Order: sequence, then structure tokens, then C-alpha cells
Amino acid sequence: MDATTYGWLILAFPLAGSMIIAFGWKLLPGRAAGWIGTAAIGLSFLVTLGALFQILGLPAEERQLTDSLYDYASAGGLDIQMNILVDPLSVFMCLVVSGISTMIHLYSISYVTSDRGFNRFFSYLNFFVFSMLLLVLAGNIVLLIVGWAFVGFASYALISFWYRRTTATEAGMKAFVINVVGDIGLVLAALFIFRELGTFDLLAIFEQAPEQFSTNEGVVVLIGILLLVGAFAKSAQVPFHTWLPDAMEGPTPVSALIHAATMVTAGVYLIGRFYPIFEIALTAADIAAIVGLVTLLIAATIALVVTDNKRIIAYSTMSQIGYMIMGVGIGAYSAAFFHLMTHAFFKALLFMTAGSVIGAMANRQNIDLMGGFRRSLPFTSALLIIGCLALAAFPGTSGFFSKDAILAFAEYRGGAYWVFAIGGYIGALMTAIYAFRIGFRIVAGPPCEVARDLEQGVHHHVEPQNPATGEAEDTDVGFPGEKHNIAEDNWPMKIAMSVLGIGALFSGYIQVPGVTDVLHTFLEGSFEDSKLYFEQPTDAAEWRGLATGALISLTGIAIAHHFFLRNRAAAARLQARLPGLHTFLANKWYFDEAIDLLIVRPTLAFGRWCDSTFERYVVEGLVSGAQGVAKGGNSAVRTAQSGYLRSYALLLFVGFAGLGLYFLIAGS
Amino acid sequence: MDMSWYLVLSALLFATGAVGVLIRRSPLVILLCLELMLNAGNLALITFSRTLGDEEGQVFALIVMVIAACEVVIGLGIIVAAYRRRIPLNVDELRALRG
Repeated sequence: MDATTYGWLILAFPLAGSMIIAFGWKLLPGRAAGWIGTAAIGLSFLVTLGALFQILGLPAEERQLTDSLYDYASAGGLDIQMNILVDPLSVFMCLVVSGISTMIHLYSISYVTSDRGFNRFFSYLNFFVFSMLLLVLAGNIVLLIVGWAFVGFASYALISFWYRRTTATEAGMKAFVINVVGDIGLVLAALFIFRELGTFDLLAIFEQAPEQFSTNEGVVVLIGILLLVGAFAKSAQVPFHTWLPDAMEGPTPVSALIHAATMVTAGVYLIGRFYPIFEIALTAADIAAIVGLVTLLIAATIALVVTDNKRIIAYSTMSQIGYMIMGVGIGAYSAAFFHLMTHAFFKALLFMTAGSVIGAMANRQNIDLMGGFRRSLPFTSALLIIGCLALAAFPGTSGFFSKDAILAFAEYRGGAYWVFAIGGYIGALMTAIYAFRIGFRIVAGPPCEVARDLEQGVHHHVEPQNPATGEAEDTDVGFPGEKHNIAEDNWPMKIAMSVLGIGALFSGYIQVPGVTDVLHTFLEGSFEDSKLYFEQPTDAAEWRGLATGALISLTGIAIAHHFFLRNRAAAARLQARLPGLHTFLANKWYFDEAIDLLIVRPTLAFGRWCDSTFERYVVEGLVSGAQGVAKGGNSAVRTAQSGYLRSYALLLFVGFAGLGLYFLIAGS
Repeated sequence: MDMSWYLVLSALLFATGAVGVLIRRSPLVILLCLELMLNAGNLALITFSRTLGDEEGQVFALIVMVIAACEVVIGLGIIVAAYRRRIPLNVDELRALRG
């Protein structure tokens, strides 16, 4: 089989899994849906490996393959094929997406085992993975938009999975609305591309763009910015980020799947994929880099103060995606995708450990209530520390190599790009601090009550309640199940976490400066025409960067050790000394309030004005005007309808006589 | 033979029928006048058919007679029904269709 056949199979398995579970769930015994879902994604991963080996067998310059299933639409210069693009970048993305997703599916089998929506959950999960794979494999913008929108819908369905919780449904709607704003940007970008280049096909666009546009021409910058709107909304970048923390309302595996490992990376993929546009639209690329930097700093500061375990990880996701967006913005493509991969490993792992801890805490997520789980949850604690080490870029872990690759490239570009390197290092310091804020608070210190009971073998299952509002809930459909699960009791969770733990520790070694260069060499096939891709900082500069990174990471961990383990009172004192700053950060820089004030309220006010004024005077005026016209015309005609049979007959005769006369005169 | 005489007779019959329809108030008489008009038309059809040597006119005349018979059946049926229900047999008073 050739690589594109594998490409179609990558899409077929998750779709089939989703459909089988969705339509056949009544016939599936017990937990079969979970295993079918996991197997579907696992098979998808295997065929991705097949595609990978096929691609590797080809010469480097022939690694971009397209294949069309049929003509989707073809009329008047428009030619949309149902085609996929199998090239190193899409295969790489498929590997990350399907590989991580397989582990998350495996984990979910145990995690949602007592949930009444078990089958629905796996159907959604498979559909989500299918959408994401469609997005990365799409060979034209139209198909890409289809995948893009499917991902948005799937995230809505999964965030609102526990649909009897108002907090969850509201979070789902928020995610969906913000995603749609991004969709609009992407659709407009596609329209402008079609207007300028006359094609939707990705490879054709990339071929023609450098010939058609001059550097920083207005329209290409506009296209770039519209693409960025889509990317920012999907990747939760400022100011479209507010949905991501709220999306933590979904079940924890969902957070791991869509809000850490796959969905939010779609924006990074989009910018990387459209590199020919961004290398012409330099302003747009700079905007991407600046927004990435701003996001990574803002998110890191918020992660330092919020107390919800999952939300800390959510903000760290935002921050890490900020690094990636900055990376693709400044042209460090391979480094950004490298970070995307390592981040997928350690972030999925962190969410899984969070899920296990939340299971032990009976759905409570506040880290102030947690502590000292090292003896009661030894396995979870070990993997949590591994995840934190990778997140904090501890020397030797995967995050260490990937994050510094981006920052080293920023230094290499020099000039104003130093800002990105310095900002990135400041962010890295905060990353190390908040990573070990989670680590030390949960694992170390005196055991909390739950941890002490768990050491005695007593696992709490409290009355189900919404962790956000404290409302009591029943455990019927649409709420989490009554049983909480921890990794220590469930081997599928253990396997999934172990695999990701190994990835989080060792996946960085595929690309060590001066030693290995696997990913960079592999992705070359997709970035052949790039001006920036083949520029690389020297090994010495990269090692210097790595040394700086190591120093910063260790400093951050030491600070965290001081504040969150050895001297916990110091953290409280600091908070008491800077109450304004703490409130500002704890309220997430007031972004929600600002958006509410600037967009939501004016829109609502406009809507009310339409209802009270526009509707009453303009719309109703039009309606009653039309009514008046009809009434007037009607009363004019009514007088003819006298009801006198003889007058009708007379009209008939006169009419026919008139017609006859007309034809007589006209005929003679 | 000159066909104009027949046509003049046909036109006169038609005019008589038309005037009858317009000025009389009794539905029975109006129905009779309608028959007169139809037969005026038949006369013209047969005249043309004879002079031009085309049988289609004869056929049409036969069809018109059939239609006229049907119409008389329905019309007389309505008149008899109206009479039995003591509805006045005067078309000027039967104006329920006034707009």
C-alpha cells in the first residue's frame, strides 16, 4: 500500500469506531465500547506508522503526497477535491495525535467506568480524534475547515459531557462560541486566498503564494492575520483564551485529550502549515510571535496563583502553547513542533495524574486541600513528579530540549527577537515555579485527611457534588459516576501513565543539539521552500541556551521548594503583602470581565435595542405598510364583485366583444 | 350558396340570446337564452364546416350539444332545488357572492 492509502485508513478507523459505538451501543456488552474506541485509535496509530515508513522510503523531495477520493465540488474555476495531504508534517501530527489519544482512551476506560454515559463518552472521543486527524491530513482549505469545525463541535460535546451541570454546559457554549469566532477568521482567510490565488488546494497555494504576493503586501498580511484569528481561538491565545480554563469542567481525560495534547495544538499546526504565507506576511508572523509571548507570560502568572489543580495545568497549557505559537511565529518550525510533541506527552501525563488525585479526593480539585500523597498514591506521585520535571524543563527531560530549542532560535535571529528569548526565559522560570507548586503541594508535605485514610485503605466516595458550585447532584445520566478511580487500583490507567511518563522523560533525546537531529531532518520534506527552516543556531549557541535553561529551571524549582514545601508560611506572607497583585492574578487579569464589558454587554445592549426599537418601528412598520397596501388594493377591486350575475355577464360580453374587435382591427 | 346568410342568422340568434341573458331575471329564461347562444355557435360551426368541406366543425357542433345537454341538466336541477327550498328565482336577489 502506498502512503496515501494509509492516510485514508488513519481517518477510517476512528470514524468507524465512533459510528459503531454511536449506533450499536445497545448491543455492546459491558465496557466493550471503551475497548472498541481504544482499538480504533490504536489501529489508527499503527497505520500512521505504516505511512511513516512509506514516507521514509521516498527521497526527501518527493515526500509530499496527495490523493483524492472524489470531486467534492467542481464548477466555474472552483475545484474542491476530497483529498488528503500526506507529508512529513501531517504524518508527524497524526503520530502525536493518535499515539497520545490511544493512551488517553485506555486511561478513560477505567476513569469513567462508573459513568452512565460511558458509551456516549467513547463515541465522542473517537469522533474528536477523527476530526483532529481530518484537520491535519486535509489537502485543501475546505476540508481543513471541515475538520476544524468538527473539532470545535467535538470539544463542545465533551466539555459539556456532564450536561446536567450548568457550569459544564456554560463552559461548553463558551468554548464553542469562541471557536466559532476563530472559524470565521479561517473562513475569511480561505475566501481571500481563493480570491487572490483562485485555488483551495494547499500545495497549489504554497506554490503560487511566493510568486503572487510581494513581501508584506497588504492582502497577504490580512490573510495571515485572519489565519491567526483562527489559530488563536483554537489554541487559546490572548485574547481568545478564556474558554480553556473553563473547559476544565469536562471529565479529566477530556482535558488531557483536547485541552492539552491535541486540539489546542491545531493553531500551531495551522501556522506551521501555512508557513509560505507567514514568510511573506512578516507582520502577521511577528504578531503571532508577540501574542505567543504575551500569552505565555500572562498564563504563567495566573498559574502561579489559581488553586484549582486542573486549572493550573490548563494555564500551563496556555503558556506552553504560547511558546509554540511564538516558535512558529519567529520561524523555529521544527523546534515548535518538537515542543508540541514533548508537551503532548507531559501535559497528557499531568492531566492523568490530576485525574487520579481528583479520584482520590472524591472530585475535589482545590490544591489547598491536598497534600502528602506520596505514600498513599506512590505510583501517581512518581508520575506527577516526572510530569512536573518535564514541564519545568528539568535538565535531561523532554521539555528541557524542546523549550530551549525555541528560545535558542530566538536568540539566533538576534535584534528585536532577543525580546522573545528573554521573555521565554522569564516564562520558563515561572513555569518551573508553578509546576512544582503542584508537585510539592500534592506529593510532599504532611498528608491531608484523605491521604491518611487512603494509607489505611479507605477510599472516600463523598456525596456527588459539583466542585465548582458545591451543588448536590444525582449520579444519573449527565453527571459523573458515583465511583472515583485512582491509578493505583486500575491497570489500564497505570499502563497509559507509564507510557506517557517514559515519553515525558525520554522523547527529548530525538533531537539533542549536535548529537541527534531526527525531527528536524524528517520535517524538512514539508518545509522545503522555507527561508528560515534551514537556518539553525550553532551547536555551541544551543548548548549555551540549554545551560541557561537548566540554571533557570533549577532556580525555579528551588524557589518553589522554598515557598511551597520548606516554608509554606512565606507564600502566605507574600500573598498578604501583595494583596492587589494576588487579586489581579487570581481574577485572571480580569479578561473575562473585560470581554464581558467590551463585547458581551454592547452586543446584548444592541440586541435589546433591536428588540425594543428596531423591531417595533422598522420591522413592524414594514409589515403594517405591506398590509396597508394589500388592503387598499383589495378594496379597489372589491367594488367590481357586486354579486349581480347579470353585471358579470355584461362584463364578459363587453370583454369578449372588445377582444374580438381588437383581433378584427389588428387582423385587417 | 353564400354562407353569409347563415352567419347573419347565427349572429342574430347569438345577439338575441346575449340580450336575453343580460335583461331577463328569471334563471330559467337565462338558461334558455344560453342554449340559444350555444346553438347560434353551432349554426356558425356547421356553416363553416359545409362551405370549407371540413368535418371537424360537425364534430365540434356535436360536442357542443353534449355540453349543452349536461349544462341544462345541472342548471335545471339547481332551479328545481332552489324552487323546492323556496329560494326566490330571481338572479338579482341571489347575490351571495358579493365581495
